[in-house]
Amino acid sequence: MTTATNTGASQRRTSALTTGHLPRFSELIVLGCAAAVSAGVLALFGFSVTGWLVLTAVVYLIVIGVLSGVVEGRRKSTDRVVRGLVVVAFLLALIPLISTLWTVVSRGIGQLSWSFISGTDRTTFDPTTLEVKVVPGALQAIIGTLEITGIATVISVPIGLLTAIWLTEYTQSNNPVRRVITFLVDVMTGIPSIVAGLFAFSLFALIRGPKEAFSGFSASVALCVLMIPIVVRSSEEMIRLVPHELREASYALGVTKWRTIMRVVLRTAVAGLVTGVVLAIARVIGETAPIYIAAGATNRLNTDPFNGPMSTLAVLSYTGYAFPNDQDKAASLLEAWGSALLLVIIVVILNLIARVVATAFSPKARR
Amino acid sequence: MRAALRKPPSKAGDRVFLGLSTASAWVILLILAGVLVFLLVKAAPAIAANWADSSQLQDRTAGNTAGWNSFWPYVGPLLFGTVWSSLIALVMGTPVAIGIALFISHYSPRPLAGVLGYLVDLLAAVPSIVFGLWGVFVMRDFLKPFSTFLNSYLGWIPLFGGDLSVGGATILAGAVVLAVMILPIITAISREIFLQTPSLNEEAALALGATKWEMIRMAVLPYARSGIVSATLLGLGRALGETMAIAIIVSPKLIYSFQLLTDNNPGTIAANIALQFSGSNELQRDALIGTGLMLFLVSFAVNFAARWIISQTAPGGRRRRRKARTA
Repeated sequence: MTTATNTGASQRRTSALTTGHLPRFSELIVLGCAAAVSAGVLALFGFSVTGWLVLTAVVYLIVIGVLSGVVEGRRKSTDRVVRGLVVVAFLLALIPLISTLWTVVSRGIGQLSWSFISGTDRTTFDPTTLEVKVVPGALQAIIGTLEITGIATVISVPIGLLTAIWLTEYTQSNNPVRRVITFLVDVMTGIPSIVAGLFAFSLFALIRGPKEAFSGFSASVALCVLMIPIVVRSSEEMIRLVPHELREASYALGVTKWRTIMRVVLRTAVAGLVTGVVLAIARVIGETAPIYIAAGATNRLNTDPFNGPMSTLAVLSYTGYAFPNDQDKAASLLEAWGSALLLVIIVVILNLIARVVATAFSPKARR
Repeated sequence: MRAALRKPPSKAGDRVFLGLSTASAWVILLILAGVLVFLLVKAAPAIAANWADSSQLQDRTAGNTAGWNSFWPYVGPLLFGTVWSSLIALVMGTPVAIGIALFISHYSPRPLAGVLGYLVDLLAAVPSIVFGLWGVFVMRDFLKPFSTFLNSYLGWIPLFGGDLSVGGATILAGAVVLAVMILPIITAISREIFLQTPSLNEEAALALGATKWEMIRMAVLPYARSGIVSATLLGLGRALGETMAIAIIVSPKLIYSFQLLTDNNPGTIAANIALQFSGSNELQRDALIGTGLMLFLVSFAVNFAARWIISQTAPGGRRRRRKARTA
């Protein structure tokens, strides 16, 4: 084979500076051979795609390791094996991503229809077959999602943004309060989402009594706890990117500090700020546990965020699977997948918006 | 003269703005303290209650607090399950996450690196409930042949022993999904730190004839060691608080068990709260809030440790990171 002639060649002109080399495309060739051999072996025992991929990876790593070890020596052999392992790790992460998206789309796509989006659950009764059918609807969850996330955004963005301004514009880096707050904001990003839900429930149970505790607003408060630290972190980073010369120029013209911040700093950073906020919304819109704890769940339409339980798409997806309608379990499951798909679509759209804003309106200073 | 004629604009706006932004900063501290205080106040009756004589807590028709004679033995198995499932997820997820980070920072073609990083970040954008459903309908079935193999051939190892689950509702399935969910955060942080490695160190290693892996082992990994540790801790913090993956995929019970492949799995605090909350009576809810308080304390401690390690290492690391991004 080529490798054999190669070793031969390198032995012929023995030099202290050259050692054996595998030919350029040997990695691809070995990969192809490994795939073919594993396919052949598996064909004998029963073929499966996952088994084939795993076996291919293992055979490839072993063969390239041994081959390179013989021709090039131990150091290069380790290098090639590690390169293979690193690529495998990356591919391994793509599998769940693709598989998840494919599962949601393929199972939920049949559910997306006007009646699903525009109504709540309805039952139909067929008098001839005596069959009760549930026509699933997600309107209550869509409205709940918009209201709860909307209120959370309205509360979180000013607080988060103003805190970021305070941290960057009004304090020196050696200010102890600033250091404590920066640190605690970082720690806060790690608060388990369900704890935020319990906090909101406890708060409203103590204020309004345990019976009245569930409300959309309570869920918004829970989401605020999760959202504020994200907004602070992203805004802080974006404001820091604004060049100091712009501020100094503004001060030199006699503009007051708060006008400088509003008109110069924030305006320069606006694209990054919007991106950060949109990504924060995308993060919390998919939360299930805190909303389920703080707002409960309902199949009825409730547009009043201050009274009575509310559902969101994520919660509807959970309840559809975990507590199916007794009359029609299949419909509940379909409802779960349908709302999961709707949720994924919303999250993807939000992520796209964030990217478009970030690239289209990026300030010149960042280039 | 001029200055006197055109009086500087009043400072009132400035003062209001300063007041507002200072207040916001304090609001954050208030919220954090509020979380602790309200959980404490609401959970106190259940923690202090005499469980054996409480009719609410011993109500067998609601919740799962019946049969326990105080709060601590009730929260014990849940704490164990929380830590255990997170550790399994960490053992599976961390090596892969570091591999991905290395791939993006040092192996992938430069123009592609941004896109590949974005792909991994997309994993973080998938809502947890979607991962939960995916775990139930895809991961359970996917792991079945693998679990059968482990159980029948390696069943003498206690981890893989016990009665094999038929439905696949094992803690292994839950932990695999957890591992997927913590990949993005570990990857993102280790990637940033790998990119911060001084390029002079890397080039010096390469110039001495090191292979790429030797360069990474000698220049990148030692520099990034504490970063990797804190990234792992942050991943642990994320795994501790994840609710839906365990609540839906695993069939949790209040037990201590190390077996990975059976139907008898320890539950986690978050999953237990999600599953029991709606069916519980008032005092039982207080008990659940008490378990939530424990979760808060544990994950706060883990996150605290992680952030502390980050803040201790690489003084000026932030400055360097910003430079890397703007470039």
